[in-house]
Amino acid sequence: MTRLTLRQFRTEAVVGLVLLGALAILLAVSGVNLMNVNDAFRSACKAARDCATASNPVVNVDKPLQSALPFLATIAPALVGLFLGAPLIARELETGTFRLAWAQSVTRRRWLAVKLGVVGTAAMAFSELFTWMVDWWAGPIDAANKNRFGLANFGFHGVAPIGYAAFAFALGATAGVLFRRTVPAMGVTLVGFAAARLAVTYWARPHFASPARESLPLTTGSGPGFGFGGANGASVVLNPPHVDVPNGWVYSTAVLDKAGHAPTSPYMLHACPVLDQVSEQLAASGGLPTSGGGPAQFHGCINKLSATFHTVVTYQPAGRFWPFQWAEMGIFLAAALALCGFSYWWLRRRYA
Amino acid sequence: MITVLEANGLSKRYGHKWALSECTLAIPAGKVVGVVGPNGAGKTTLLHLAVGLLQPSAGSISVLGGRPGTTAGQLARVGFVAQDTPTYAGLSIAEHLRFGAWTNPSWDQKLAEDRIEGLGLDPGQKAGKLSGGQRAQLALTLAVAKRPELLVLDEPVASLDPLARREFLQGLMEVVVDHGASVVLSSHLVADLERVCDYLVVLVGSRLQVAGDIDELLSSHHRLTGPRRDRGSLPRDHQVIGESHTDRQSTLVVRAHDPVLDPLWSVEKLDLEDLVLAYMSRAVKVDRRPKLEVRS
Repeated sequence: MTRLTLRQFRTEAVVGLVLLGALAILLAVSGVNLMNVNDAFRSACKAARDCATASNPVVNVDKPLQSALPFLATIAPALVGLFLGAPLIARELETGTFRLAWAQSVTRRRWLAVKLGVVGTAAMAFSELFTWMVDWWAGPIDAANKNRFGLANFGFHGVAPIGYAAFAFALGATAGVLFRRTVPAMGVTLVGFAAARLAVTYWARPHFASPARESLPLTTGSGPGFGFGGANGASVVLNPPHVDVPNGWVYSTAVLDKAGHAPTSPYMLHACPVLDQVSEQLAASGGLPTSGGGPAQFHGCINKLSATFHTVVTYQPAGRFWPFQWAEMGIFLAAALALCGFSYWWLRRRYA
Repeated sequence: MITVLEANGLSKRYGHKWALSECTLAIPAGKVVGVVGPNGAGKTTLLHLAVGLLQPSAGSISVLGGRPGTTAGQLARVGFVAQDTPTYAGLSIAEHLRFGAWTNPSWDQKLAEDRIEGLGLDPGQKAGKLSGGQRAQLALTLAVAKRPELLVLDEPVASLDPLARREFLQGLMEVVVDHGASVVLSSHLVADLERVCDYLVVLVGSRLQVAGDIDELLSSHHRLTGPRRDRGSLPRDHQVIGESHTDRQSTLVVRAHDPVLDPLWSVEKLDLEDLVLAYMSRAVKVDRRPKLEVRS
């Protein structure tokens, strides 16, 4: 049964390996380039002692590849589901060959287990190989951006893609069992996979662990983005600074007092009378920076506010990257197993 | 008596529709059984139940003494050729044979290769490129080379042209002669079965009409023609299958184990086609049919 499954899946395997090989060559060439640029930058910034502040030119190398790969890596598991999962059972059902297969001395349970096991394992291996190549290639860029935990990057690093591939594959196979036609099964797989990824990314992943909170003192040098902003003429808001947590995942930053309240507009106008004079300007420009070119009067104003208010950062620390990766993989693997179980139950119910 | 297939009140329902109702049947070993009936009579349902592609909604079925399709051992003992003889279009003939070898413990590679050679087929050819008749032969080869004790074929010749039909049935008979497997095959054409079968099962409207040895069925069914009379005037052991009357004359098809001696009747033998037709038209006419005794 295993050998038949391998034979049936030969064309897809060859296509997959050719694509993977082509990508490997592309990434190897580009990756060596990235490493060279990164090394040159490292030695230059070390000599100039500005490694912490200087911007790494590696983030601008091979820009088309840098924009294309996250997209490619995101849809790769969906393709696995579409081209390996959906036809796996559906094609047998729509061409009637399942009646040939089930007439051999192989029980249905074993037939399904071997098909799902062999092709599913291949799908996961394919996906992990792909991810490993992207991980290696993106190493210098991740080191420069320090943002692989972020929403946009988490999904094509580490081990989570194994779970995605397993899930997309099992979803495709299950849709095939239900719809008994390859093309509708493909459509359902695509929609279902996208929905599951979005749901986990936005609803489940933020709750894997309760985020850490940190209070930072409010100063004029708190960070980019910090400043007063205007809205509807008279009212004034305080825009929180953008806080970098290297390799961490920042949920939000806010300026709050001990009780968790943001400063109100009247409070700020009272504390900083100068704001009244510039409020029209605020409304027109949408905001005034407190640092750099900002009016000097703001300094005293910020000092007054900082007695009561702090910048509060809610975030997942960098050290949780791997626990989150395993949790994400676990969720999708568990869902994949549940789908496989459902497929078996449905096949038995319908055909036996 | 050794039976290859034994059904007891066997029924299968899809939603509210009964595809097969209360079929009680015992088919002895060593027969070539023809299952005949119009389209939608339940032939495929019965065969699928026999190979374990379906489970009964009610009643029971045992094939070669076991529950169909449940274990690899049971599956190995029954060969099955499904309707439209499905094969993997992308795999070659040789790959199909390898597939058979991989998945069947008692696979006879020599038998398979000899058959393919005897048919003049190129083992390297993809199954998708074969004609309907060739594909049916490939499917039969796969089913035969696993050396089953029972071979089940669902409308194997329905889509074949007359020549391919004949060649297929010939091939099937050779297998039966050479390897002595029992065979159950279905068809909606009596002519197909007449040449190869020695046992007949007639299904109409999801119900079993009659089952038995063809020779016995032929010798116990008679067409009686004579002056008009009522069926009530017949002896008790005459079971009326069909009747038609004109003003002066009656024609009856009866089942009777003893010879019909009444001199008023002119007695004719039925051929198989007439016999099957009589059961089919009776099933259509009568709503509530009396349950038939099943002879085996």
